[in-house]
Amino acid sequence: MAEIQIKNVAKRFGDYQALQDINLTIADQEFMVLLGASGCGKTTLLRIVAGLETATTGEVWIGGRRIDHLPPKDRGIAMVFQNYAVFPHLTVFENIGFGLRMQKLPDDEVKRRVERTATLMHIEQLLKRYSGELSGGQRQRVAVARALAMEPDVILMDEPLSNLDALLRMEMRAELKGVLAESKTTAVYVTHDQVEAMSMADRISVMHQGEIVQAATPIEVYRNPAAEFVAGFIGNPPMNFLPAKSAGKGKWEVAGEKIDGPSSNGDLKFAIRPEDLRPADKGFSATAKVIEPLGAHLLVTCDVDGSLFRAVLDSDLSVSAGDVLTLAPQADRIRWFDPATTQSVA
Amino acid sequence: MSTDVENAPANDVRKASRWVYSSAVFLLCAWVIVPLYFLLINTLSSPEAVNAFPKSFIPEFDLGSLAFFSTFAGMLDALKNSILVAVLTMIMSIVVGAPAGYALSRFDFPGKELFRMLILLTRAFPLPLLALPLAVMFIRTGLDDTVFGLALVHTTLAIPFAVLITFSLFSGIPLELEEAAWTLGCTRLTAFTKVVFPLILPGITASAIFAFVISWNEVFAAAVLTIENRTLTAFLLTNLETSPLHLKFAGGFILVVPALIFIFAVRKYLFAMWGIANR
Repeated sequence: MAEIQIKNVAKRFGDYQALQDINLTIADQEFMVLLGASGCGKTTLLRIVAGLETATTGEVWIGGRRIDHLPPKDRGIAMVFQNYAVFPHLTVFENIGFGLRMQKLPDDEVKRRVERTATLMHIEQLLKRYSGELSGGQRQRVAVARALAMEPDVILMDEPLSNLDALLRMEMRAELKGVLAESKTTAVYVTHDQVEAMSMADRISVMHQGEIVQAATPIEVYRNPAAEFVAGFIGNPPMNFLPAKSAGKGKWEVAGEKIDGPSSNGDLKFAIRPEDLRPADKGFSATAKVIEPLGAHLLVTCDVDGSLFRAVLDSDLSVSAGDVLTLAPQADRIRWFDPATTQSVA
Repeated sequence: MSTDVENAPANDVRKASRWVYSSAVFLLCAWVIVPLYFLLINTLSSPEAVNAFPKSFIPEFDLGSLAFFSTFAGMLDALKNSILVAVLTMIMSIVVGAPAGYALSRFDFPGKELFRMLILLTRAFPLPLLALPLAVMFIRTGLDDTVFGLALVHTTLAIPFAVLITFSLFSGIPLELEEAAWTLGCTRLTAFTKVVFPLILPGITASAIFAFVISWNEVFAAAVLTIENRTLTAFLLTNLETSPLHLKFAGGFILVVPALIFIFAVRKYLFAMWGIANR
């Protein structure tokens, strides 16, 4: 059992508050992705769990054991670094076996485990090489194999795929997900790539300015963003927003249209995903500005009531710039946000 | 036809710059090699040939002058002292310098920049200025005329280089490698011995040899602070002053050659040290 509990963790670097009061529980064998733009504190949080950084306040528990005062080697973790950190003076075999040798395991056990993880990562033919003789993708495989060979309770990954080219990244994404699911290890994975997060995670923690804005399953984060930031950050193209004025209890006026919504006071923000819009007889009148055919779909950037608005429409539709479309939002996909708190309103 | 005419001035410029380049290389090589060559010739010549004029450019392989030194009283002791002092300097400057270089490259602490500058400042005081107070202090503490005392002075001279060289070596090793080692079961110390040390070993060796050469070549402190236990440089300097010319040449040769060999052996790392060829 290796449940990770992060309790009230805060970190400041001088005057800069990198993390403020983080509380997060990561279940045993869960694949948790920390997602956010650079500087949001995701890597700092990962390094605090690893023990490479000390939290200013707060506690970290792994498997029911408080570990924030322990050095990295006593935490039952293994880490994969962004720049791989494959030791240049050792062969691939000795790299993968490095942690096992530190544990003083017998030679045949080291050999067995190195060969097994190398086979798992498809690098068994590279065991005699040095890191200088490997490609980026191969180094990444060595780094992952080295972490897996430790058979850790928790595996921590800091943007492990960000230095690979696009095609290799896609390939490694699927492979890594499979290997980690099989190893039954709890995984914490830091990335700024939302596609990586969506496709790999059991749960995503979206981070912004040193806080976790939402921690939920990928589909929940996508469908029901807890805050305006998440709605604007997740999804490509991101969610559309329009200001909404109250028009009686539970009724809202959005760009000239009357739409049913939550019964709250004050103004709200109306939000809809671009793919949840359909051309219809009744809806927002949208002036098409830019049309981008994406093969399966048509991405139409338009102007609704002076606001930027994007719609993903069927590629059969014939639209040209300047056309006025009538777009109807799918009622059960509409979300509302409070502009004062930026939080979601049900 | 027309292309030939157009290319002619360009060819001239290229030819001229190549000529300037090769003559500059030739001059620089001559600057270093010619005196060394004369040193060699005169060392391997009989006393008569050394004092004769014009000079022959081919040595006669007369080993008389060198043979003289092998039997010269005190010569072997001085050689032994020189090696002892240089080895001690080498060890002490690395033992003190390498951790300082590591700290400079890995930790942030108040006054770090000032410290780096102060290290260089230790070279700002000319040794003659320090020699008298040092001699007095050494006599009081009983360090005068000892191999260890002289090695201490030489270490002081070598440390700035050791610190700055190891600082640049450590900075060339990504912190991530160490962090990876920590997560794989290493303490700070074992991460250093198992990962950082093997990676910087060639550089450390080179900077140790550099310290050795500094000590080997140093003559002022050696001459002031020792009487009985002279190093080779100090010993030869005091004795050669009153020696005939051919012995001066041979003595100079004996001093220059070991330093040359060492520097030649580590030339690759001397470049790496200053970050020129830092991978």
